[in-house]
Amino acid sequence: MDITAVVKRLEAIVGADNVSAAKSDRITHSYDATQQKHLPDVVVYAASVNEVAQVVQLANEVEMPVLPRGAGSGFTGGSLPVYGGIVLVLSRMDRILDIDTENLTAEVEPGVVTATLQREVERLGLFYPPDPASKEFCTLGGNVAECAGGPRCVKYGVTRDYILGLEVVTPTGDIITTGGKTLKNVAGYDLTRLFVGSEGTLGIVTKIIVKLLPKPAAKKTMLVLFKTIDGAARSVSAIIGAKIIPTTLEFLDGATIDCIRGKSSIDLPENCRAALIVEVDGDEDLLDRQMARIREIIEPSGTLAVKVAATDDESEQIWQVRRIVSPSLKQISPDKFNEDIVVPRSKVPDMIRELEKISSEYGVSIVNFGHAGDGNIHVNIMVDLKEEGMKEKVEIVLDRVFGAAVALRGSISGEHGIGTAKMNYLHMELDAATIDYMRRIKTALDPKNILNPGKIFLEKSSGESA
Amino acid sequence: MVRNKTLKDFEEVIRKCVKCGVCQAHCPPYLVKKREGAVARGKIALAAAVLDGETGIEKRLQEDISLCLMCGSCVKKCPNKVPTDGIIGAMRREITDRNGLPVMAKLLAGTIGSARMKNTLSKGAAFLRPLWSRKIPQSSGLHLRFGLPGMENRTVPEPAFSNLFDRVPEFSEGQPGRPVVGFFAGCSITYIYPEIGEMMVDILVRMGCSVFLPKNQGCCGIPALSSGHGKLVEELADNNIEVFAGKKVDWIVTACGSCNGGIGEYYRTLEGADRSFTDKVVDFSVFLEKEGFLEKLLEQKRTADPVKVTYHDPCHLKTQGITREPRDLLRALPYVDFVEMEDADACCGLGGTFSLYHYDVSKAVGARKLRGLEESGAEYVATTCPGCVMQLQDTINHAGLKVRAVHILELLLRMAPD
Ligand SMILES: Cc1cc2nc3c(=O)[nH]c(=O)nc-3n(C[C@H](O)[C@H](O)[C@H](O)COP(=O)(O)OP(=O)(O)OC[C@H]3O[C@@H](n4cnc5c(N)ncnc54)[C@H](O)[C@@H]3O)c2cc1C
Ligand code: SF4
Ligand code: SF4
Repeated sequence: MDITAVVKRLEAIVGADNVSAAKSDRITHSYDATQQKHLPDVVVYAASVNEVAQVVQLANEVEMPVLPRGAGSGFTGGSLPVYGGIVLVLSRMDRILDIDTENLTAEVEPGVVTATLQREVERLGLFYPPDPASKEFCTLGGNVAECAGGPRCVKYGVTRDYILGLEVVTPTGDIITTGGKTLKNVAGYDLTRLFVGSEGTLGIVTKIIVKLLPKPAAKKTMLVLFKTIDGAARSVSAIIGAKIIPTTLEFLDGATIDCIRGKSSIDLPENCRAALIVEVDGDEDLLDRQMARIREIIEPSGTLAVKVAATDDESEQIWQVRRIVSPSLKQISPDKFNEDIVVPRSKVPDMIRELEKISSEYGVSIVNFGHAGDGNIHVNIMVDLKEEGMKEKVEIVLDRVFGAAVALRGSISGEHGIGTAKMNYLHMELDAATIDYMRRIKTALDPKNILNPGKIFLEKSSGESA
Repeated sequence: MVRNKTLKDFEEVIRKCVKCGVCQAHCPPYLVKKREGAVARGKIALAAAVLDGETGIEKRLQEDISLCLMCGSCVKKCPNKVPTDGIIGAMRREITDRNGLPVMAKLLAGTIGSARMKNTLSKGAAFLRPLWSRKIPQSSGLHLRFGLPGMENRTVPEPAFSNLFDRVPEFSEGQPGRPVVGFFAGCSITYIYPEIGEMMVDILVRMGCSVFLPKNQGCCGIPALSSGHGKLVEELADNNIEVFAGKKVDWIVTACGSCNGGIGEYYRTLEGADRSFTDKVVDFSVFLEKEGFLEKLLEQKRTADPVKVTYHDPCHLKTQGITREPRDLLRALPYVDFVEMEDADACCGLGGTFSLYHYDVSKAVGARKLRGLEESGAEYVATTCPGCVMQLQDTINHAGLKVRAVHILELLLRMAPD
């Protein structure tokens, strides 16, 4: 069927205002935060589950790919139409349907922005913990699809741990519900967990029931500067070893600190080779004791300075140090490869040592920071692709980095997903039988490979239907 | 002779957008429309596509480019400081260069007296509110902002009986040794709220400053900039820079956030603009603080039952980091109980000529202020830009709230004990 006929039928489903095959709309829906570019054939804005279902049914009929899209903030190309097709935008389905203060749940549409939900529940004294750095603009649908995490995950877990139930449009256009409003529920397979992290390949989430917690009364933030990365790593192990689980445990390595020196209001001396940001939350009187205890534990590890924020402003200054990292990196080299490997947290020092080794072996600078508390390291390989042979070199370096993470029993992605960006490396972590099992699930549920084709798995030449 | 930057001039910064999407959280039209074409990232992608020749200036593209308030909120939060507001200005000029002015702007161009559009003038003027066209000169950006049909529901104040230039002499002598201050009043203060301008001059003179109010100063050019009328922006800028050069002034004070953004920030980006003009531009709240006006206010006895006042950040000041000074000024007023409101820095929705083309979006952007306003319990919402005052009052009227939108100087005037 030619595209004008498809557009006509889409218009009948969602209204003419919500369909566009104009070049400009195709351009503005051809990218996400990875900066790859793939033009869709048509863009559709859905407003209800029925519209989503009908669009997917039509797509099955005309055999055109459908790409669910939230805010397009993904880091692995998940929402990109690599084979063209229909980009189905869910950002306008952005109603918070219910906040249940008795059962501590909320029910939302997928286009609700994460921080919006957080602000609304916090007004009622409640708390939705998952806090990706993109929370001010990413959608909960995207969070479910990628199983997003954030700094608070050390203590509170990731998106997966807060999803009680879903309404999903299947790849063939049926509407199903999974889980429910209760904390306990073992009726049938745990389909909720199957969908969380499925990167929009198994179904389109149209409603989400999340679990809420009471909002912690207070929090306290501490910045610790170290002479060595080992000192910082030993401190992380010591804190966890002492059975204290902070809310966040962020680390910056020496190369990162060199990038941001002089840009924050906090002085970062030359001999500072690592930093930790520790935050604890809970009852006010407990926090001071916890902070004192953490100081005691880490002081023997060669600290240069310990700064505990006395006010919200000071705490903000500490977080500012962390937030300026990403933008500052741009200034050391034109190109950056940002990977989010994860290792068991006791292995963070081994991984950092391995990264230093790879960096000096290949003569490329690697800047590391991230969530030490859960072993999730943001590895940034800083290069200039215009240099001859650099592209090939980066590939070898990436191979080594992922290999090292997997060898330490970690993973090639902690929170950003596989998408198109890491397809080539999936086999390093998962054996052939496991990948095959996943593929069989996909094929069984989506026989025509309509939903988000070309993601996670290297294609076996099926799915080039568009 | 000044010259606007062209789209090509912006090429390098356009390529600096890393598509992170951060701007989605801060772009008012996006927050209302929830469509990628409305957000800075989308519009930059379109600018890049036009530069690459990937697309022409098609209709949908023009619609997306028109969906920008040029508020600069995205620029402030962008990790790479991509100047989307400037890029949009260049895109709009590119569009008018290639296609001619859009229908609305054509009518408007008539009112501004561009030779090519002289014929449209009479037709265009017929639509204008009679009082407006009689009292406000054709060159004023106010016509671009408010003077057109299709906005019957909008509550806009009528022009004042006599304008600022009739009320205040061109030069008011201060004390020797004290600064000579040029006052750039702008269209709204000159024609609609001249009493605010009088108050401004009065305060400055009382502080010992000499005040120069050149009568042939014109519109700052923001409405023309916003409608893609590049040539007019250049003409207005040339004139304003020239008339203030007529006297040796130490500062050029504004009491309008948009004008400040226009003659300060925007002129600074013009090729060939005189830095000795733009470097002198200062918002009145910053100037008053620097000159010790706050201390004087703080010496006064505080009244027993002050009125609750909250503050709205005009985009053009917020993006320059001028957020503390106006608040401190309010706090120092002895009869004011200052309260913060949620979303104080959210855009009012006016955005140059934006509300003309997209009154519904503009209203929806403005409506985002209502919850904060209501919960603050304030009787007055004060701000530092007459455009925001009009837009906020329109929003408040539509919602039936009891709050009054005022300029900070109006509060001084209205409630000063003497
Ligand atoms: C500056 C920045 C910081 C970031 N920080 C973090 C971080 O700290 N932690 C983290 O985990 N991630 C982070 N991310 C990555 C990204 O924000 C997350 O992956 C987020 O969950 C994506 O949400 P989105 O709405 O943008 O989804 P999109 O990018 O639009 O889509 C992502 C994937 O989800 C699918 N999808 C979207 N909506 C649905 C739906 N309703 N049903 C089914 N599938 C759907 C898409 O098909 C795609 O595969 C960051 C990104 C940026 C740009
Ligand atoms: S915040 Fe800046 S860099 Fe990021 S998408 Fe928006 S304009 Fe581009
Ligand atoms: S200037 Fe304002 S309206 Fe325009 S893109 Fe930026 S944030 Fe959006």
